[in-house]
Amino acid sequence: MRMFISPVKHNAPPGSLHDVSSEPKTPPSGSEPKTLSQKVWEEHVVHREDGQPDLLYVDLHLVHEVTSPQAFDGIRQSGRSVRRPDLTISTEDHNVPTEDIDKPIADEISAKQVDTLRANTEEFGITHYPMGDKNQGIVHVIGPEQGLTQPGMTIVCGDSHTSTHGAFGALAFGIGTSEVEHVLATQTLLQPAQETMSITVNGELPEGSTAKDVVLAILGECGTGGGIGAIAEFRGPVIEALSMEGRMTVCNMSIEFGAKAGMIAPDETTFAYLEGLPNAPKGADWDAAVAHWRTLRTDEGAKFDREVVLDGSKITPHVTWGTNPGQVISLADNVPSPDMFDDPVARDAANRALEYMGLTAGTPMREVPVDTVFIGSCTNSRIEDLRAAAAVAKGRTVKDGMRTLVVPGSGLVKEQAEAEGLDKIFIDAGFDWREPGCSMCLAMNPDKLKEGERSASTSNRNFEGRQGRGGRTHLVSPAVAAATAIAGTFATPEDLR
Amino acid sequence: MDPVHIVQGTAVPLDRSDVDTDQIIPSDWLKRVERTGFDKGLFAEWRDDPTFVMNQDEYLGANVLLGGPNFGTGSSREHAVWAIQQYGFAAVVSSRFGPIFRNNCTKNGLVAVEVTPEISDQLMAAVQADPTLELTIDVERRTLEVPALDIEVSFELSDAVQHRFLNGLDDIGLTLQNQASIDSFESARPAFKPITR
Repeated sequence: MRMFISPVKHNAPPGSLHDVSSEPKTPPSGSEPKTLSQKVWEEHVVHREDGQPDLLYVDLHLVHEVTSPQAFDGIRQSGRSVRRPDLTISTEDHNVPTEDIDKPIADEISAKQVDTLRANTEEFGITHYPMGDKNQGIVHVIGPEQGLTQPGMTIVCGDSHTSTHGAFGALAFGIGTSEVEHVLATQTLLQPAQETMSITVNGELPEGSTAKDVVLAILGECGTGGGIGAIAEFRGPVIEALSMEGRMTVCNMSIEFGAKAGMIAPDETTFAYLEGLPNAPKGADWDAAVAHWRTLRTDEGAKFDREVVLDGSKITPHVTWGTNPGQVISLADNVPSPDMFDDPVARDAANRALEYMGLTAGTPMREVPVDTVFIGSCTNSRIEDLRAAAAVAKGRTVKDGMRTLVVPGSGLVKEQAEAEGLDKIFIDAGFDWREPGCSMCLAMNPDKLKEGERSASTSNRNFEGRQGRGGRTHLVSPAVAAATAIAGTFATPEDLR
Repeated sequence: MDPVHIVQGTAVPLDRSDVDTDQIIPSDWLKRVERTGFDKGLFAEWRDDPTFVMNQDEYLGANVLLGGPNFGTGSSREHAVWAIQQYGFAAVVSSRFGPIFRNNCTKNGLVAVEVTPEISDQLMAAVQADPTLELTIDVERRTLEVPALDIEVSFELSDAVQHRFLNGLDDIGLTLQNQASIDSFESARPAFKPITR
């Protein structure tokens, strides 16, 4: 695969006394060609002062139970109020169980967190979707499907995977709880300027490769730090050919290589997806909106601070082997040996990862046995993901002893999947069909790995303990996850034929 | 937040790369609705291990956490910063930080000191060899000094963040001074932008 990163620029390296303060990036002047991210950024500057971060307006604030309770508390304690409850939307996702949802949440601390969010949203007049509501779901699934996520918006949430919404050409990023409180109180955020980064995926994907494989390949190239300090724009024929669901999968994992946000320029695919959704503009507003959205493209001649180019025709199904998403290889490869890494830090990380993952260098990934398959998360729980997995599951049977969870991203995704009969396909094949939520992505609800268990997971993080203490996570696409559930070892749908 | 001028003390050498926020504070701890009590959750998966560096007597009482590269990658949980602070650390040193973690540090007065990989390696080795080695982090001068190693390096800290650290200021109060700008920006927003109800 031919790729290059140039020029490799990280935040100005400190270390000499001549470099005492950070050099704030200067915004492009009016006539200079601009990138997509610069255009959206500039449209949201409320206040700018030399040497200070810009004050940006926030068009949409997504709230969930985990990162908001202390922020609401802060609002109350300071006697402030929520400035724009009508630009704020709330749901419960991280803590919710994915079965028996008609019963109260059994874990008392989880229940308290969910109840706290319900009380807070009621007190401050914020629309909230509770468990069991068909609009409830993973926060990054519900925004887009309700048409609240639109091109050119600024969207924030106390969750690092907020980058998902960048698929629509929105500037969307995760924030901490202090910033959640700041947005609740002011509907703005203070943001220092970012570098720009283009990630171009040329050519055409081979049959059987998916958006997840594209972003895993990007992670293999950039590592966990290649995007730090920059907003990434995904471009090129492979990206343009992706559906909105595929684009969301790619943008979702921008934070895994450290980017502030990931964006894709809106196009006909975007407009077609949005038209008719409940909160999409209507009539004359629609025309005005589309006319504006068409301007949200990187100008000819605009310069990016960093550039990465990948050959999409070489991207095969991928799987992670280690404990960060940059430790990733083609499913056709063998578990790498730490000796293959020249960088001592990478070598040391590989050694630790192999030990934690219980893997031996040189083992073909296709021979690694898996005991749990999780299809879901804000990366891969949309209707297209479920269709891709169901197409593999159809008429086949899950390997004996395999635990499988198929968790739709929202009540609406579940409803749609059931209308298409996907639930039946999964159930007939022996998969467990669940209620919407974050589920096994992060071990905050009853769906967890046990010590030593190994999963093929369509989620976004393979960190130590991420899916449960001592659990071993391998990130894959929905099609590979489904094929692996049937084969019992890592497999592509092609391997089942 | 409380003002921070100088952090002076010894360090704990956490010599591993890619310590993500799931390691710093596992997700079980994120169910809490309070802002305090996270000190026990800090590195909870490793704390049971008697050989874990924070369990070594010679590092008790250290107030600087010396991390490997890519410290604090991953999730946006501010609980990671709260846990580090509530355990007793006032500064974290690394050659590269996860961006959201680094930003969260600036909201709580935890000093994130980014140094070159060479300085980071040198400090790690020195602190492992001598747990009593004293470090001084000066927010006003934006410097990290280790006199015993003849190290004096500067680190990045924007003027805006430095100002808030030195004065212990809250972002929201500062932003609300621009209330008029927010009002006028808001009144000019396009009609096609969505609302949530």
